[in-house]
Amino acid sequence: MGMWIFLVTEILFFGGLFAAYIVYRAWYPDLYVQASTQLDTFWGAVNTAVLIGSSLTVAMAIRSAQLNQIKGLIINLYITIGLAFTFMVIKYFEYVHKFEKGIFPGQYYTYEGIAHEKANIFFSIYYMMTGLHGLHVIIGIGLMIWLLVKAKKGAFSAEYYTPVEITGLYWHLVDVIWIFLFPLLYLID
Amino acid sequence: MSHMETSALKRLQVQRFKPEENPEIHYLNSERGLWSWLSTVDHKRIGLMYLASIAIFFFIGGVLALVLRTELLSPAQSFLDADVYNQVFTLHGAIMIFFFLVPSVPAALGNFILPIQLGAKDVAFPRLNLASFYIYTIGTVFTLVAIITGAVDTGWTFYTPYSTETGTNVLLMTLGIFILGFSSILTGVNFIVTIHKMRAPGMTWSKLPLNVWSLYATSIIQVLATPVLAITLLLLVMERALGIGIFDPALGGDPVLFQHFFWFYSHPAVYIMIVPGFGVISEVISTFSRKHIFGYWAIALSSLAIAFIGFLVWGHHMFTAGQSSLASMVFSFLTFLVGIPTGIKIFNWLATMYKGSIDLKAPMLYAMVFLFLFTIGGFTGIMLGALSVDIHLHDTYFVVAHFHYVMMGGMVMALLAGLHYWWPKMFGKMYSEVYARISCALIFIGFNLAFLPQFVMGAQGMPRRYFNYIDQFQPFHQLSTMGAYIMGVGFVIMFFYLLHSLVRGEKAASNPWGSRALEWQTTSPAAPHNFEHTPVVIHGPYDYHKPMSEFQLGIAHGHHGESHQPETLETVAETGTRP
Amino acid sequence: MDKVLEFLLPPAKSTIAGQVDGLFIFILAVSAVLLVGISFAIIYFSWKYKRRSEQDTTPVITHNTKLEVAWSVIPLILVMIVFGWGFTGYMNMRTVPTDAYEIRVVGKSWLWEFHYENGTVSVNELHVPANRPVNLVMSSNDVIHSFYIPDYRVKRDVLPNRYSNVWFEAMETGESVIFCTEYCGRAHSNMIATVTAHSESDFENWLATANVIDESLSPVELGKELIAKNGCNACHSVDGSRMVGPSYKGSWMAERELEDGSVVTVDANYLRESILEPNAKIGAGYDPVMPSYQGLLSDREIDAIIEYIKTID
Repeated sequence: MGMWIFLVTEILFFGGLFAAYIVYRAWYPDLYVQASTQLDTFWGAVNTAVLIGSSLTVAMAIRSAQLNQIKGLIINLYITIGLAFTFMVIKYFEYVHKFEKGIFPGQYYTYEGIAHEKANIFFSIYYMMTGLHGLHVIIGIGLMIWLLVKAKKGAFSAEYYTPVEITGLYWHLVDVIWIFLFPLLYLID
Repeated sequence: MSHMETSALKRLQVQRFKPEENPEIHYLNSERGLWSWLSTVDHKRIGLMYLASIAIFFFIGGVLALVLRTELLSPAQSFLDADVYNQVFTLHGAIMIFFFLVPSVPAALGNFILPIQLGAKDVAFPRLNLASFYIYTIGTVFTLVAIITGAVDTGWTFYTPYSTETGTNVLLMTLGIFILGFSSILTGVNFIVTIHKMRAPGMTWSKLPLNVWSLYATSIIQVLATPVLAITLLLLVMERALGIGIFDPALGGDPVLFQHFFWFYSHPAVYIMIVPGFGVISEVISTFSRKHIFGYWAIALSSLAIAFIGFLVWGHHMFTAGQSSLASMVFSFLTFLVGIPTGIKIFNWLATMYKGSIDLKAPMLYAMVFLFLFTIGGFTGIMLGALSVDIHLHDTYFVVAHFHYVMMGGMVMALLAGLHYWWPKMFGKMYSEVYARISCALIFIGFNLAFLPQFVMGAQGMPRRYFNYIDQFQPFHQLSTMGAYIMGVGFVIMFFYLLHSLVRGEKAASNPWGSRALEWQTTSPAAPHNFEHTPVVIHGPYDYHKPMSEFQLGIAHGHHGESHQPETLETVAETGTRP
Repeated sequence: MDKVLEFLLPPAKSTIAGQVDGLFIFILAVSAVLLVGISFAIIYFSWKYKRRSEQDTTPVITHNTKLEVAWSVIPLILVMIVFGWGFTGYMNMRTVPTDAYEIRVVGKSWLWEFHYENGTVSVNELHVPANRPVNLVMSSNDVIHSFYIPDYRVKRDVLPNRYSNVWFEAMETGESVIFCTEYCGRAHSNMIATVTAHSESDFENWLATANVIDESLSPVELGKELIAKNGCNACHSVDGSRMVGPSYKGSWMAERELEDGSVVTVDANYLRESILEPNAKIGAGYDPVMPSYQGLLSDREIDAIIEYIKTID
């Protein structure tokens, strides 16, 4: 129950950023459409598939634990971590590609390619939302590595796998948030 | 003896467990040494550590207030320069709100008393509880560093664009508060789960003490509102560090957006501050009138109503800020609605006193002071909710007086009532009633002298956060400063008689006030795991017409249905939850 | 009753003030009655029902539907009345009459500039015609300020990224104080101005002559008047005391150290530059917070100010 309540707080935390997104989109709709073309929809879609896949594997990890298949649990955790890393690597390349063009957050923005004087706002919101999300992915990776270590030591069984379950819940939320971010940022062009 | 419930019934063999008087071993001495405190997961010890911290911050915040008031004795500069003055009022506000008021009743008193009131051994997540305390401490350290290395001069509200542009230590300070917010969130999570899952057998929702209901409502607000503060502060930090431009007009942002974000948290925050106080008042008034609380469900549900509506009124801080007239109208309307449940509580408490058996001990005195001062605060809130009048009164001393009446005249008085009420349970000692009354009188007189003139000043037009002022306001400022010092003396006296009680006070009985609530059916000080048995509840905590023995029933640990005691009762209780 | 009003509130000098005061008094009166009732109950109950012995029993009264409904519904009705009254007053405040006389207001840390339709500009002194609606269209050059005239019961925040407005109609001639009432930094409490309501003819007169230099004044006298009228004293003293900015006393031809370590002489060029481009050279230990007077002071006026500063030693 505690984890569910914590997840609600996370929704509110990200909610503030979604609110900022909505407000600025209402004020500068054409900016959003233009700026969104700078985001690579293909790799964004790949990342979406990667995260959804990782939610599947984390669910399978929980299932393995329920059935006392510790080997299965460990393998699924490995795959989930692998997919999460893949997500971060793709994100890294996306960011680097933007930095090369001069698309930096806030006052460091120098890209000339968008004909709108408030262009930096879209990207500021983009960086804040994906950055915060990325931070949560990294935290998730850390949690799952911890689970992996404990699983290898035999801490989990069909009688006790609560940490796996609640980490799984956290991971599903991280995935769900991305599922909102992706269309709002990438698919509006 | 038997008490029929309407759902999941189970027959339990119970015994009576009369609490031991003056126990040898209790939670304070069962483990010794500094490390046993720093690594404790006992909610009672954690509660005391919070209590010590908030007391220190209240002292610091209070000293800052006296510094401000002393400077304001004369209209022009006396011993502070404008920059320092601005930093002092910012710190006074930020410390009092974030480091004292928000954690006060929930974290300090709530942590201590909640599990005992529920008949549980501890909270749902004891280690998370300790983590919350350390997160709070780290947050305060960040803030103290911020203060020492350059302070902040934005006002506790951090309005942009001033807060994005000023040269002071906004970054460190907002980070400190950001960290502290997590403490608040985790405590809220802990309390919600504890209340749902860890009640003693027989304690249905209809038998919960009202203090628990108010902690429940508060925890819901904490959990929902604090993350929004977190993101607001994070955005402010990003704005300063990276020039993001969400709030900065030069970069295309909107400073009024900051106000919306900020008040979306900060208005519910004031309910985080006051709703726990309401819970304490319910307990104290019922106990010291030795009478069943009037309107139990009205009080319980009104806390939830306040929690809900409280999320919808944030714009009443922004009537002059540039939001649309429609928005202002809606916020004003909802602001009036949120006042009604509060008014209902005040009437219910008075009705509890009617035909009661009233004992004017210190906790009750503070509760009565609360009723008076909070009512004034509440009415002046109505004044500020009225759109046309608010235009005149916004950002004047009228607002300053209003919030001091509700937060200090309300919340702090409730905190003092709770502190004096549960002191025997916390420390097993009684304090001097005589000195307690002297303190109470000084605080009451000093408080009114300090803040009543501020209503008049504000209505006459004196703006807030002013370092200098025009001559016509001087007499009011002088009266106000006098009152502040008198209050200060009252608090100093309190510190000394409470300290004295710890060292040399008379030992307390397990139930010095004759209350029926569950926390009084265990030893004073409380036992290391709260109860030596599993309590079983068959009556609500306000059933003064039932004999005390019926509130001391339980099942011995490790035994199920066996007993060797002559006095064995059989009772039927709902056992939807087991600790 | 009038005495109470006089004590509690500033004089009601605008057409809207009376309405605001009326609601204020209503809320005050109802609150006072309820407060007295509640206080009486607290004191009376604690005396009448004082505990007589430890064996006291109390009646089990858990609720009383009629009473509870009464004390929920009656306050609800009262607050709805207050809401409606406040809302109508507010809508009046926000609806600008069509023939209102418009004045532009610029809030800058820490002074107020007023721009009139004929090009006249005044600093820290607002002049308005009495008995006519006046609409102030306001903006800020930096942070959020708030424009507040207690006597007129008007207040509105002044924002950096858009215009805000407030209107009033002064009912009598005379002076009232204007405060900045949104914290804006160091000299927030010094950001004070005055509003003077004139009769129609006096106002026309003022408007025509305000920016016309009084030829009978010597440059030094003119300079002294300009220093007073343009908000300079909010930040610069004449007696040597350090305020937001350096004192004028003894500054003429003194050596001044700048924040970058260089040293300049406070001569006519330096003073002129400081008035028009104040952040070009910042004195050591001071902050770049002075607003520019570009467009507000003519060359002749700047000369006069320099002449005056020469005499302060």
